[in-house]
Amino acid sequence: MSSLHGEAAASAQPRVFIVDDHGMFRSGVRSELSGDVEIVGEADDVAPAIAEISKCQPDVVLLDVHLPGGGGQEVVAAVKPDHPQVRFLALSASDAPEDVIAVIRAGARGYVTKTISGPELVEAIRRVAAGDAVFSPRLAGFVLDAFASGVAADIDRPSFDSELDQLTAREREVLRLIARGYTYREVARELFISVKTVETHVSSVLRKLQLSSRHQLTRWATERRLT
Amino acid sequence: MEDMVEHDAAATQDAGAGGHWTAWLEARGIRLSRRPASAGPLRRAVDGRVFGGVAAGIARRTGFDAGLIRALLVIGALLTTGLLAALYVIAWLVIPADGTDTAIGTKALTDKRGIGLALGLTSLLAVGLIIASALHVAWVTGLAVPLLVCAAGLVLIARNAPESERQYLRDLADPVAPATGGRRSRRLLRIGVAVLLLIAGLAALLSGHASTYQLLLPLAGVMLLVGGFALALGPWWLRIARDLVGERQARIRAEERAEMASRVHDSVLQTLALIQRRADDPHAVTKLARAQERELRSWLFDGRAPGSLGDQAGTLADGVRLLQQEVEAQHGITVEAVTVGNCELDEELTALLAAAREATVNAAKWSGAPVVSVFAEVEPGSVSLFVRDRGCGFDPDAVSGDRKGLAESIRGRVARRGGTATIRSAPGEGTEVSLVMPRMAAGSPRGATAATPAGRLPRRP
Repeated sequence: MSSLHGEAAASAQPRVFIVDDHGMFRSGVRSELSGDVEIVGEADDVAPAIAEISKCQPDVVLLDVHLPGGGGQEVVAAVKPDHPQVRFLALSASDAPEDVIAVIRAGARGYVTKTISGPELVEAIRRVAAGDAVFSPRLAGFVLDAFASGVAADIDRPSFDSELDQLTAREREVLRLIARGYTYREVARELFISVKTVETHVSSVLRKLQLSSRHQLTRWATERRLT
Repeated sequence: MEDMVEHDAAATQDAGAGGHWTAWLEARGIRLSRRPASAGPLRRAVDGRVFGGVAAGIARRTGFDAGLIRALLVIGALLTTGLLAALYVIAWLVIPADGTDTAIGTKALTDKRGIGLALGLTSLLAVGLIIASALHVAWVTGLAVPLLVCAAGLVLIARNAPESERQYLRDLADPVAPATGGRRSRRLLRIGVAVLLLIAGLAALLSGHASTYQLLLPLAGVMLLVGGFALALGPWWLRIARDLVGERQARIRAEERAEMASRVHDSVLQTLALIQRRADDPHAVTKLARAQERELRSWLFDGRAPGSLGDQAGTLADGVRLLQQEVEAQHGITVEAVTVGNCELDEELTALLAAAREATVNAAKWSGAPVVSVFAEVEPGSVSLFVRDRGCGFDPDAVSGDRKGLAESIRGRVARRGGTATIRSAPGEGTEVSLVMPRMAAGSPRGATAATPAGRLPRRP
């Protein structure tokens, strides 16, 4: 992006909104992302977040899973119906599977841990802005776990949409590599496929995660939290 | 695949020429026509072998089909009452395998215990055969020489073949081996077969003799013979047996020593290395030394092995979490741990975890990467653990043999329990250590949903 295309580059910068109850974290993210994305606003709780996001219509919302006034999924659920073009990337330090699955099921396009490095976060935001899904190793592990455990348990319920309730072998492979800490590019190289194909697989997994009607998924997440 | 296509093509051709039986043979994968022979010395084949790879080797050398040569060998062995089988075993001993230049026989010559065992076994067999000949079971004595040669040869092969070939033989014997195990049904089966054999043997003996008296006389002779042999050869047999037991004990001791060395390496040597690096910080040194002292004491006096994690953790997921906490606390890096599925820790998995811990510590110490990823997955047939960093990497081939961490604490530790360890690394590209342990009994494969006992949780509809 040379200076000739400065304007194009600026408009290509995704407009980002940060929702997190820790001021320290918000300012940290702000300084890490400055120059790569345009930060259009921030909020520290559910109610102000819903109002602000509806007003400024960002491309991507960085959403803390835990907020004092409720879970991050409430923000997604409130904004999504009226503004479907706003995309959400969940951020969390706690990694409780129940919360993560809930916020993804509500409609977030991805999930990363708060320990993520600046450049990686920028890449994740770009991906979500482009409509792709972003899976951290942990989320990939969750999904593998949740979808692996139920195959036998669901046999007695033939009415299930089997396409939505199962991962393909390839999707499993991709998730496994992501869980092992591979980036999309490394996954693509390992499996001899293009990065675009990796993104397609991950998006398809995200869709299954959001649309699958298996009660298994919720139950699995709840049980994991109790252990 | 290619072979099949060729066979089919050849089969149709020959059938057109009128040879029905050749077509019949070739439909069964036996090719009569010759292919160009390969040059070079005769070697036992590794690919496509059934036993020793002698037939496949001859097939390659002469250009005939291996199936054809095998069929001829079997027919020949039957016609010569086993002589050809003995020749086969000798060929197995004398012909080197693919890619090597020394035959098993060369190595067997230096294996004193093996030769002793072979001689002991043949002498025992010989006694049995003499008894059989005394009882006029003529068909057994016809097999005598080939049987003795085969037995002795196979003993030497089993003891002196290279490890890969021994593994292949073990796999080959695998379906038979469980019959010697302690399972009740298997034991009953074994006893049943033994009783059947005894009855059949007695019937054969009695039917060949007119009266009991005529049978008693040779039996008495046999008794005397057995007594004589036992007196003459007994001490020697005993010594051979004792030698073998001693050898086995020595091997167990060596393994224990290796296990202990890797434990000491993981705990004491690691700590000493850390202390050297932080020599300028007396507070940290004291802390490290105290922690090490506690660990060492609990190992020596309470029998709790250091670096094992298994004692405090009941399940694999717990173990991975502990590993994460410990390494993060000791080395100040981030360990990103992901576990899929869960199961109880047994001895094998504890070893796997210890190896993973060592790999993680290595990554923390040498790679320079701020984050190390640990991924554990429990599948019905195996448990896999991956430790990955995006640090400086190294050339695995260039690591000198005395780097205990890689060779012993990771590879050796996992291999001793039947697992595999693969290390992928290149300078500048980071390192990934993959550890896989097959699950033996695997009572009930416990998925993530079963990670808590189902009874404790309210079941939802």
